Amino acid sequence: MRTLLRLLRGAFEPFERLAYRLFGGESPFHHLGALTIYLFWVVLASGLYVFAFYETSVAGAYASVERLTHEQWYLGGVMRSLHRYASDAAVLTLGLHILRELSRDHHRGPRWFSWLTGVPNLWMVYMLGITGYWMVWDELAQYVAVATAELLDRLPIFTDPMARNFLTEGSLSDRFFTLLAFLHLLGLPLILVGTIWLHIQRISRPRIHPPRRLAAGTLLALLALALVQPATSHGPADLTREPQVLHLDWFYLPVYPLYDVLGASVVWGLLWGGTLLLCALPWLPRRRRVPVAEVDPAWCNGCRRCFSDCPYGAIDMAPHPDKRGKEISVVDPALCLSCGICEGACPSATPFRSVRELVSGIELPQYPVQVLRERARDAARRLRGPVRIVVFGCGHAADPASLARADTAAVPLECAAMLPPSLVEYLIRREGVDGVVIAGCRAEDCEYRLGTRWVEERIAGAREPHLRRNVPRERVALCWAGTDAALLRRCVEDFRARLARAAGAGDDEAPPAAAAGGGGGA
Amino acid sequence: MPERGRAWRAAGRALAYALFAAFVGFFAVRPAWTHLGPGEAVVKVSIVHRGKPLGECRERSEEELARLPPNMRIKTVCPRERSPLELEVWLDGRLLHREVKAPSGLHHDGPSYIYHRFVVPAGEHVLRVRLRDSVRAAGYPYDRSERVRLDPGRALAVDFDPAEGIRFR
Ligand code: HEM
Ligand code: SF4
Ligand code: SF4
Repeated sequence: MRTLLRLLRGAFEPFERLAYRLFGGESPFHHLGALTIYLFWVVLASGLYVFAFYETSVAGAYASVERLTHEQWYLGGVMRSLHRYASDAAVLTLGLHILRELSRDHHRGPRWFSWLTGVPNLWMVYMLGITGYWMVWDELAQYVAVATAELLDRLPIFTDPMARNFLTEGSLSDRFFTLLAFLHLLGLPLILVGTIWLHIQRISRPRIHPPRRLAAGTLLALLALALVQPATSHGPADLTREPQVLHLDWFYLPVYPLYDVLGASVVWGLLWGGTLLLCALPWLPRRRRVPVAEVDPAWCNGCRRCFSDCPYGAIDMAPHPDKRGKEISVVDPALCLSCGICEGACPSATPFRSVRELVSGIELPQYPVQVLRERARDAARRLRGPVRIVVFGCGHAADPASLARADTAAVPLECAAMLPPSLVEYLIRREGVDGVVIAGCRAEDCEYRLGTRWVEERIAGAREPHLRRNVPRERVALCWAGTDAALLRRCVEDFRARLARAAGAGDDEAPPAAAAGGGGGA
Repeated sequence: MPERGRAWRAAGRALAYALFAAFVGFFAVRPAWTHLGPGEAVVKVSIVHRGKPLGECRERSEEELARLPPNMRIKTVCPRERSPLELEVWLDGRLLHREVKAPSGLHHDGPSYIYHRFVVPAGEHVLRVRLRDSVRAAGYPYDRSERVRLDPGRALAVDFDPAEGIRFR
């Protein structure tokens, strides 16, 4: 399984690298879930327009769609095409979303909930798409309807075979289309909204809107497609004839050729087997448990910073046991991913405190602030050279250890946001380090969802705990290079050159502003 | 250099959007799927019919009736359970399909439902469909044989009506 996931991730990597160079933090790969939701909005808007002209009857359905497509091609036709292609694109982004989360091992551990609640979305999306094709009542619809009925008849639900309804023209009733319209327009979309809502329940601040430019670009691309290749119908359905050659939508309808070739039992076996496998994946095998964040009541003053920063909603606030009128943070071990972001958020993590043993309000027992401070301090003190740099590197991105040399030290982190900004200040002001690099996942693509964003805001002074104003911003660089070691190296070298230039220009002249971000993103 | 880099990146993004649209547009209608070959036609058999009672009806004797509560004293009693349907489909003297379908319902007293779709070569055929609805009868009480012309893509429906028997439509 591990090898499989590694191969999968490797398959994504070249495309992700390219997309990051082109789009930076707005890379579509970083917003697949949000893009899927956005595409559904497009589907909804275009669908409402199309439905305004739709006739819910056996006799009228086909003709009404034809009229819309041809007599009103400039608007109705475009809307119909947009409706179809946005739905198709949603299957594409959804498929990539699933594979990508899987390739990053995001299906196990406390994330099992997101994974498991994702699965019903798949069924809903497919049922929506299939009922949509059915509504056109052309040959393709007939093919889909008959095969669906035959497939459903294989389940022990109905005694009266559904497929009988499609035997002759007379056996088909308008009632069927009313039911269909109800399912496609109201029932299924409502359930889908519910299942998507459930899917993003456990995480805090889910990203449900893609960046505006990405949304606009996607819409334009689909509009262009709608004009170049307008969506059209097959010939009208005719129950005295069997559809022959079909221009199939392979995003939504691949199950039907499979049924043609392999039969109902195999298709149901694959569908149920596949669903079951997807549902079981979080426990195949179970993720090794890592110690979760721990709160020290003596040092927690209830400031709520960790509560607000935890990307997984794992922290709750409760009345403090010892301090009257104050709160204390409480970690739910079932939700905690041990990212350490809370450790970087806690104000009591400041290394300036003169206590011998530095204990923070909240920290990872396997990597407490005390250890982090000592590692950073020892590394800083060993540095030699004109421009001395400490690189903090997130454990999920390129390993900065490869950059270590006499004037450059590397200190690992679990997540970039695990670093308390006060430690940066400490290194620069107390230990005399020339520059600090914080390296991590690609922009908007944090392994722990929000880490890189919190770092940016803390360093910019827009979020607590912030980097204090007495630290020159140019002495800090953020390198969101992800797993791209070359990009990280370039980012650090650029930073070093800037620092050297600034030092050469004289102490009182400020160096040029430090660019945040190694990729094109920031 | 940064200016040129920016232009290249914009061009790259445009290309990425174009590829995305092309991918979506391609698989939305391609490749075509041949559901039914050019020389093929379809016969769909769909029958809903309640078989004859499994056993004989009989009259209750006077003593039997007397033992029952007054509101249940009905003279003729028939077994509830129905016969299964036996269906055979023959094409040009060759047996295509044979099926015995039990009655539906918890007490096996409902109709039997049969549905089957066959792909056959297009052209002229002798289609024969016969049906037995009672285990106590010998032979097939419903039997229809007809020469049919099935053009490519034709879907011939075969169903059953208690009055008309087996129908080809
Ligand atoms: C209609 C379909 C779906 C939509 C619209 C959707 C959307 C989303 C969104 C918006 C997020 C939050 C992203 C973030 O803020 O970081 C998310 C996370 C996630 N999705 Fe989906 N999703 C869908 C289907 C699925 C399916 C089918 C699966 C897997 C079987 C899945 C697996 C996950 C996982 C594991 C996460 C959590 C990632 C993390 O915790 O870092 N999703 N999804
Ligand atoms: S370690 Fe991460 S997931 Fe766990 S409580 Fe802290 S911020 Fe939340
Ligand atoms: S950030 Fe620290 S002090 Fe603030 S609530 Fe969390 S543990 Fe307590």
